[in-house]
Amino acid sequence: MKIWKEFKKGITIQNPTFGLILGLCPTLAISTSIINAIGMGISATFVLLGSNIIISSLRRIIPQEIRIPCYIVIIATFVTITELIMKAYSPGLSKALGIYVPLIVVNCIIMARAEAFASKNGVIYSIFDALGMGIGFTIALIIIASIREIFGQGTILGIPLFKNFEPVLILILSPGALLTIGLLIGLTNWLKLHKK
Amino acid sequence: MAQYLMIIISAVFINNFILSRFLGLCPFIGVSKETKPALSMGLAVTFVMTGASLITWLIYRFILIPYNLIYLRTITFILVIATFVQLVEIFIHKVSPGLFRAFGIYLPLITTNCAVLGVALLNSEMFFREREVLANSFSFSLLQGFFSGIGFTLAILLMSGIRERLEFAEVPQALKNIPIAFIVASLMSIAFLGFSGFKL
Repeated sequence: MKIWKEFKKGITIQNPTFGLILGLCPTLAISTSIINAIGMGISATFVLLGSNIIISSLRRIIPQEIRIPCYIVIIATFVTITELIMKAYSPGLSKALGIYVPLIVVNCIIMARAEAFASKNGVIYSIFDALGMGIGFTIALIIIASIREIFGQGTILGIPLFKNFEPVLILILSPGALLTIGLLIGLTNWLKLHKK
Repeated sequence: MAQYLMIIISAVFINNFILSRFLGLCPFIGVSKETKPALSMGLAVTFVMTGASLITWLIYRFILIPYNLIYLRTITFILVIATFVQLVEIFIHKVSPGLFRAFGIYLPLITTNCAVLGVALLNSEMFFREREVLANSFSFSLLQGFFSGIGFTLAILLMSGIRERLEFAEVPQALKNIPIAFIVASLMSIAFLGFSGFKL
């Protein structure tokens, strides 16, 4: 049942966004609409999965001293693959996400999982760790994007929700992103405090 | 001339790297508890961003474009930046131990700072059109690199000043530390929104 545990921790207690507070830059920048959030979540999960598989299978070959540059090259390869696929099959999304797709390379979540998990555990566990973390990240992105899209634009996935609704424009603009994430992390802390 | 001024104002205020593009948030939240380390971090980032803009422009213009290797942009840039940061670290360590103590510990962190890779990618997207080199792209890239760093320093410095005061404020238990920092950043971002729509 260890597999299930590795899978579940990324979604719940060790959620990369709310629990570990990692990888915030893309989270804030692209969470203006739910579509963007899903696109970013899937890309990051793909990169995480690929890099975790390769790093955990090469963990005995990669020398300890130069492991970080090795990880960077492996991660950058998967990011480039994602970039090219996205440009070919969904140019609209690629344009909307802009430089935040190549910036997945420096997303701390991926490096952190490589360093803390994939370099110490077997391939199967690493796959489930990557899937859990990736899905946890995607869910967090969707939560933030839903709040910003529903209240900031009055739409959900582009479909109008309300009839007479004056959208809270600030939520779509950059201050809204910082405010939403601040309050959500506060809420997570509050839940943790009250559980005890 | 107006174009140069526009790039400077845009990099520092309108498209501030932290408050509007959300690049480099980790050091912004992590190293902004006191003013002195925040300033060192800001200066280190400015230095690396300028250097990275210079090197990545040269590589993009003279290696990636002529040999049709634009698709290798991400891998090349991140490796070059990582190596450059290492070099700077070794160089400072040898030349000025005092400076090394001041921002030596921040240098390794900068490698994975998205602001540095971000400015390199932005330069390659703004000042090149596919394989065509736009006019003045070299000086624009350098300016954008340097002044984005200044914008970063400004934001982290303001933030550290506020957070020093926040230590004495009565903040609800759940909002202490990181959440309140984000809410303060959000208010700062509202102030910086005042610069949008600014035209020369």
